[in-house]
Amino acid sequence: MSSQFGFSGKDVSEVTVESIRRGDITLDDVRIHPSTLAHQADVARENGNPQLAENFLRAAELTGLQDETVLRYYDALRPGRSTSNDLLEIADELMAIGAVKNSELFRQAADVYARRGLIAK
Amino acid sequence: MTSNEPIGRFRFMNEQRVNLDGFATPAPELGLVAFHGLNDPAPSLVIDSGRIVEMDSRSESDFDSIDEFIARHGIDLTVAQEAMAMDSTEFARRLVDPNHSRKSIVRLVSGMTPAKLAEVLSQLSAAELVIAMTKMRARRTPSNQAHVTNRSDDPLLLAADAATAAAFGFRELETTVPVAADAPSNAVAVSIGAAVGSPGVLVQCSVEEASELALGMRGLVSYAETVSLYGTEQIFIDGDDTPWSKAFLTSAYASRGIKMRVTSGGGSEALMGGAEKCSMFYLEARCVALARAIGSQGVQNGGIDAASVAGAVPGGVRSLMAENVMVMLRNLEACTGNDALMSESDVRRTSRTHPIFIGGSDFINSGFGSIQRYDNMFGPSQWNSEDIDDFLAIQRDWGVDGGLRTADEAEVARLRRRATDAVSAVYSWLGLGDFSAEWADQAVDAAGSKDITSGDLMLPLTAARTIMETNVTMLDVIAALAENGFDLEAQRCLDMLKARVAGDYLQTSAIFDEEMNVLSLVTDPNEYSGPGTGYQPSPARQSQIDTIRQQRSVADLLGEQQSFESKNIFVAGSAEVSYDPRDVVIGVSPATGKDIWVTLSGLSVSDVITEIMAGLEEEGCVGRIVRINDSLDLGMIGLTAARLSGSGVSVGLQAKGTALIHRRDLAPLANLELYSVAPTITRELYRMMGINAGRHAKGATPEPVRNPYSDEAIEARYHTKVVSLVSIERNCVTQDGPEVMELR
Repeated sequence: MSSQFGFSGKDVSEVTVESIRRGDITLDDVRIHPSTLAHQADVARENGNPQLAENFLRAAELTGLQDETVLRYYDALRPGRSTSNDLLEIADELMAIGAVKNSELFRQAADVYARRGLIAK
Repeated sequence: MTSNEPIGRFRFMNEQRVNLDGFATPAPELGLVAFHGLNDPAPSLVIDSGRIVEMDSRSESDFDSIDEFIARHGIDLTVAQEAMAMDSTEFARRLVDPNHSRKSIVRLVSGMTPAKLAEVLSQLSAAELVIAMTKMRARRTPSNQAHVTNRSDDPLLLAADAATAAAFGFRELETTVPVAADAPSNAVAVSIGAAVGSPGVLVQCSVEEASELALGMRGLVSYAETVSLYGTEQIFIDGDDTPWSKAFLTSAYASRGIKMRVTSGGGSEALMGGAEKCSMFYLEARCVALARAIGSQGVQNGGIDAASVAGAVPGGVRSLMAENVMVMLRNLEACTGNDALMSESDVRRTSRTHPIFIGGSDFINSGFGSIQRYDNMFGPSQWNSEDIDDFLAIQRDWGVDGGLRTADEAEVARLRRRATDAVSAVYSWLGLGDFSAEWADQAVDAAGSKDITSGDLMLPLTAARTIMETNVTMLDVIAALAENGFDLEAQRCLDMLKARVAGDYLQTSAIFDEEMNVLSLVTDPNEYSGPGTGYQPSPARQSQIDTIRQQRSVADLLGEQQSFESKNIFVAGSAEVSYDPRDVVIGVSPATGKDIWVTLSGLSVSDVITEIMAGLEEEGCVGRIVRINDSLDLGMIGLTAARLSGSGVSVGLQAKGTALIHRRDLAPLANLELYSVAPTITRELYRMMGINAGRHAKGATPEPVRNPYSDEAIEARYHTKVVSLVSIERNCVTQDGPEVMELR
């Protein structure tokens, strides 16, 4: 059974049409909790897809980031947007919040982008 | 005829619709080849100290960014050596062998390189692909996805059409925009419409990657699909992404609990001029391997926008299906194309889809155009609203679950009204815009946006801008629905938000059924292992497949006949042999004046008799109506009538309209003239038959009247009715002697 708690920690059973109507609910109450993603990663691995599991674990690390930050990081990885240093700086930022897997992704990107000419000119 | 004009046979063939399609001579240097491209590498894998140092004949120093990502993330090194050492033909055979389980195949494929898997799958014939698809797709229960769009981003029409699509059984709805800035309005309108139509329908709005994610974060859509992958590095970068940005995007969706799949599809690299002399299938093998590597739960492929590029080369359509099977082998959700229209020919487009329809897929169409072609802002689909009844009939023909069901007209009308009411209320409540009653009425009734004349084309843009500026989220939409009495829809929208908290629908091939149960690789795994296993529709679902709205029973037809019952034809007494040479008997069948009142051409039986009588009268003969009660066979009716007839000539008439001229000295199955195609016989023709019968009675040899020619499928239209009408006739057969009837 999956977690019954949203990202905010609110029990999902408290999220009702009535509580929304009263204005008691925020999007964080209906966002996935990192522990739920960790559980889904276990399920994915048990069902023969370790890459999907890795994705869920990377996702768990991103749950705490603001939407704008997630969008900014995504943009930084698009071709020609960042220098190697930009990417490594983000890797450090991610490491600082414990987003180890995402940090590693950015580090790897910095390396490959430099080799393949995908860094900002 | 001029000398350089082709002969008539070829002029005629050239005019056929299939010849509007483009067919390419294979050009391997341009990537215009389905399998076995010039630069397709030989499969290889070299692992050194737990690291891939060579893959598909390329050493790691030469890896491009796609190779690199696949090599570092996409290959399961614990099975790679075993998998790569397997003979490709032997492995291909396992795909169609029920003795090798899906699980065992999936395990080995996870260690295969793109070129290896391409080599395996290129060996499957069309029939083998059907079996492989049946066995290898992830989810047991097949499903389908619809496009819901229109030319003006009309929110009322979007909502009405979304509700309609849900009523027809689609479990995912994909919208997009002709005007990019309208996207938030479309997402809201389609989400509301979907909730009106059914619980658990997933909704996406296909726009630029970052914008699509932003819509998802606000809860305005419930899944994403427009995350494109390409098989060469150059085209990937032209698409403004890299494998790393796509991997991050994939995690970004999951971090908000939103289902997503990526999109690829053979032919796109050739279309964009960057195939690097590789075959379409090999490049797609790279995309599918990458999809697995970045952790996407699924792939939309099978050509997609470039389906017609694959369709232009030999074996191209087979390669499209092989792409889909490849996704299934990688243990991912397969959303199997059949969306962009790949042929002007109805025969070709049906042929392209049919094996996938038979094999069964997670989503047969990755966008069945549930709206009219002109309203499809992705471009016309392979299947469109004019094809929904075809699709339902084909499901019924084969007993196959293609994900759709018949929808009742009154119910669809109710849902469309409720959808437009809900959107009107929400837009008004949130200050997004106001709709006129006339606009709403037109949207409820419209078969497409051309039927709407009173829309305000600026409203969607204003609404979209307001949604963005005032930060409207799905929570606001739910509150607005509830405030305006749409409690059911508010709850359904909320259930979709709550699904994000549980995350079960992030797993491979997940959809919701109408009770909000997740059906996925995890909860509804496909365990096909030969006949009698795998997906079997439940009795209730089978009944949906079998029961289309057009079907009629004998009771239905009897009721229809009874509605035309008339008192103007009645029995006057028993019939005797006549000795009057002007006497011509019109022998009518047992149901005449009892249960059958209208012929297959829609004429009343008494009108038909009146015309025959009038024709006889023109020739100076006297018609006498006699019902032959003991046979429904038209030959026997005619012959019995001829033997009663003073002239020895008769007209035989079955109440369904089939007629002949008979003579007493002929064998029962012989006749002088026959109208065999009852549905096409007109009043004038019945009169001509009367005239000719009169001429035969006088010993002349008239020119026979011919059945009207038709190249339509008359038999398909009427045979079921004929079976019922014959059954009604049979029930009217008695041992009573012939009876004279009169017309009032």
